[in-house]
Amino acid sequence: MMGRTIFIDPGRCIGCQACVSACRECDSHRGKSMIHLDYTEPGMSVASLPTVCMHCEDPVAPCAEVCPADAILVTADGVVQQADTTRCIGCSNCVNACPFGVPKIDLQAKLQLKCNLCYDRTAYGLAPMCATVCPTGALFYGTLEELQAERPGVQVADSFVFGDVVVSTGVAMVVPAEKVQWPVPGGLPVVEINGVDVR
Amino acid sequence: MTATEPARGASGPGPVPVSLDPSIAPPGTRNFRDAGGIPADRWHADQNGETLVPTHCCFCGVQCGMYLRVDKGGKVFGVEPRNHDINRMRLCPKGINAYQQVNHPDRLTAPLMRRSRDEEFREASWDEALDFTVSEIRRIQDRYGKDAFGLLGGASLFSEKTYLVGKFARVALQTKHVDYNGRLCMVSAAGANKLAFGIDRAGNPFSDILLSDCLLIAGSNVGECFPVMTQYLWGARDRGASLIVIDPRETAIARTADIHVALKPGTDAAFFNAVLHVVVAEGLADEAYLAAHATGWDEVKETVAGYPPARAAEICGVPAGQIVQVARVFAGADRAMAWHARGIEHHSQGVENCLTVINLCVATGHIGKPGAGYGTITGQGNGQGGREHGQKSDLLPGGRSITNPEHRRQICEIWGIEESELPGAGTSMMEMVWQMQRGEIRGLIGICNNPFVSLPNYAVVKEGYDTAEFHAQFDFFLSETAANAHVVFPVTTWAEDEGVMANAEARVVKHNKAQEPPAGVRTDTWVMCELARRLGAGRHFDFPGSREVFEELRIASAGTVNDYYGITYDRLEETGGIAWPCPATDHPGTPRLFEDGRTYHPDGKIHLQVVEWHPPMDPYTEEYPLSLTTGRTVAHFLSGNQTRRLGALVEQTPRPWVEVHPSHGFRNGDPVRVVTRRGSEVFPALVTEAIRPDTVFIPYHWPVPTAANALTIDALDPRSKIPEYKVCAARIEAAERIDEVPEPPTAPGHRAYPETQVSRTDPLPPTAPQGRGTAERS
Repeated sequence: MMGRTIFIDPGRCIGCQACVSACRECDSHRGKSMIHLDYTEPGMSVASLPTVCMHCEDPVAPCAEVCPADAILVTADGVVQQADTTRCIGCSNCVNACPFGVPKIDLQAKLQLKCNLCYDRTAYGLAPMCATVCPTGALFYGTLEELQAERPGVQVADSFVFGDVVVSTGVAMVVPAEKVQWPVPGGLPVVEINGVDVR
Repeated sequence: MTATEPARGASGPGPVPVSLDPSIAPPGTRNFRDAGGIPADRWHADQNGETLVPTHCCFCGVQCGMYLRVDKGGKVFGVEPRNHDINRMRLCPKGINAYQQVNHPDRLTAPLMRRSRDEEFREASWDEALDFTVSEIRRIQDRYGKDAFGLLGGASLFSEKTYLVGKFARVALQTKHVDYNGRLCMVSAAGANKLAFGIDRAGNPFSDILLSDCLLIAGSNVGECFPVMTQYLWGARDRGASLIVIDPRETAIARTADIHVALKPGTDAAFFNAVLHVVVAEGLADEAYLAAHATGWDEVKETVAGYPPARAAEICGVPAGQIVQVARVFAGADRAMAWHARGIEHHSQGVENCLTVINLCVATGHIGKPGAGYGTITGQGNGQGGREHGQKSDLLPGGRSITNPEHRRQICEIWGIEESELPGAGTSMMEMVWQMQRGEIRGLIGICNNPFVSLPNYAVVKEGYDTAEFHAQFDFFLSETAANAHVVFPVTTWAEDEGVMANAEARVVKHNKAQEPPAGVRTDTWVMCELARRLGAGRHFDFPGSREVFEELRIASAGTVNDYYGITYDRLEETGGIAWPCPATDHPGTPRLFEDGRTYHPDGKIHLQVVEWHPPMDPYTEEYPLSLTTGRTVAHFLSGNQTRRLGALVEQTPRPWVEVHPSHGFRNGDPVRVVTRRGSEVFPALVTEAIRPDTVFIPYHWPVPTAANALTIDALDPRSKIPEYKVCAARIEAAERIDEVPEPPTAPGHRAYPETQVSRTDPLPPTAPQGRGTAERS
């Protein structure tokens, strides 16, 4: 399965936005945060969920695939980089293609911005800034074995379904054990696609 | 300069090689340690000359380790996580953004002065401001007596400075009126711990949480107030520990708890008595432990017999079955711990609430063992250390009592004064304000506090301060309280001086200096020593810096329960923190108390105390049927004087709100007037099912006209004198418009922080505050 990557555990998220502040401090896009923090059931619950770039593997990075300027590099270790500023034309194709809603466009600069897994840190064996500071471990950086050693029995999913498209990702999400076999949108099992039982 | 050399002007150990948390970088990974420290190219150190100075966060009682990033010009410009024992790299948003206040444009850089409150502030020279202050102190004390001048300190100060506050009041001002804002924080827990155990601190280190099988969190919104502690809670849960949360709101921690008891504010004592009732009734008490180690058990047993679950369920507004469940889970666990915070301490029976929790831990034998015990989570960075060395109205250094003749003699000997010169016990912070209102205290110096936002019943506080003939304030931003003063002394931030703080575990940690203060700024130590010199007490205040003060503090604490004698700056730098008592320089410190079954009472026993529940001080009526409770939000710290100036934190939570249950018929963002017997204010509604229908909640970090503390009651616990912030009677009604959030005050010629580009009239924050429901996005 995946090597060192980010694991997202929404069950642990306390919505504190430490990841958002930390992302802003990362040197690769200092001053801007590339993390989304969503509140999933406003008015009903305090549940929240951080979203980083999922670093899609299959199909390989839809954002990179649709980029007309070939500005989005996918590294050998599967990290989908933020658009190369010398190539990006700010067309927003990547924004439209991303199934997770991750890339942003700086409209004034006409440049794309997105999480690049803190390449400035991970290249030196450090965890990305968000996963380093996350006070609860809702964002964990490491291998699946390291995660499971720390959290016995934890199960993760790295494929998600959007309509009839299944996307496998480099970043994984912690899900309840009984739901891990199927691709999950946001942690829920998919039982049917276009009327076909996919279990 | 290389990356491992100390930053310019830094004292202490300077930067140290970073070791990575093994959980995120296992052996074999290329990391800082493999590279022999911070790799030279990691932050382009060759070009930038960046250094990392190890220190701790300035905010809450967790005291996370962090590095401050310092540029080659010697200026703090960023933060880097630090693998300290306490936080293992983790930081919350306040910690990540804290560095931004060090070189913030709102910093005060010259003393501000005015001769009357009718005048505008003008910048003055240090000599002029100090001389004016001294002449006012003399005038007031000559005319009205020594005790007509008061001093209010703060629990965000280093322990050295809190020691100096106490000494300055008693020796230089010779007044009995000294107290501190920790009085608003955890003195109820302190009082309860001293009554039961004879020692005023948590019984266990945070790391014991990981060893526990059952965690009971009472009145503590851990996820927002102490976010980094959640990693310990989740760590325990990974091992299968159960989590019980007692809170009227469904907080982020309560959401995932095994049992969430959403009890009515102000009913904690009844609840815990009922839990103990079940423990006794079901034979779950550890009678052998009680017989050997505790006194007062029979009386407690008799009292809790009067609290059957059915009765408590009615008082607390929770199902009786939950009470039984809590008793069985807590008592039945092999090792259980209870942690509490302001939710049960901010009450007119705050001490008693804490005592009922202690009674439960002791009765079930969950005390003095790895993974079993109790703790209180301090709100301020030095909430623990801030009261240990004589800043509190009734305490002398080392936690000695100011009314105990032997203790007085010991301190007078160390200070070199006659016992007749040492004043007696003064009054608490809120009582001092009442005395100002009555004209009994005519002058006041405030250091590191902001009572205009943080004290209850704002109208009374304002009147008290307005009545005072002279008021000086030490601060690095112009707080709402400083804006009322005659003199404001610009002092250093935590990054510009060195000193120690004791965190919620009573672990003493050292903060290091990362940069020189801006021109015109002095340390609090310098200002106090200079005032003392001008008052004629200079020989008692010959302290060039924190290091010298700490040496005297160590000696002054030697032989007491709060023994710091064995703690030195060098040892703190080597170890990353030492828990007191630490009586000798080869003593390892005491992370866990009572392992030998003995407490700090002369008989070595735990003194269990009988507690009867009584209702909150503000009675409910038809006119005021709801409970108003207050608390924090994750983005802001206390009175907000610091965090309301930091762009990212303002963006995260730009304004307060009132949390109401959907049953009241409001929609998100509706203007809702909250009325109590002290006044009324209008907030946007945050409609959520995560709060009891009979309770409303307002976060308290803002000043009037959006101040929760304009509405709260200034009733005090008779023992700890802590105000009853967490419950008062209120009603809510529809309003026409929402009160605007005021900008923080700034000094003449200063400007608001340019990154704070948030509309302060937004009906609700752009993202949901603290993870709760927000306005419809349309």
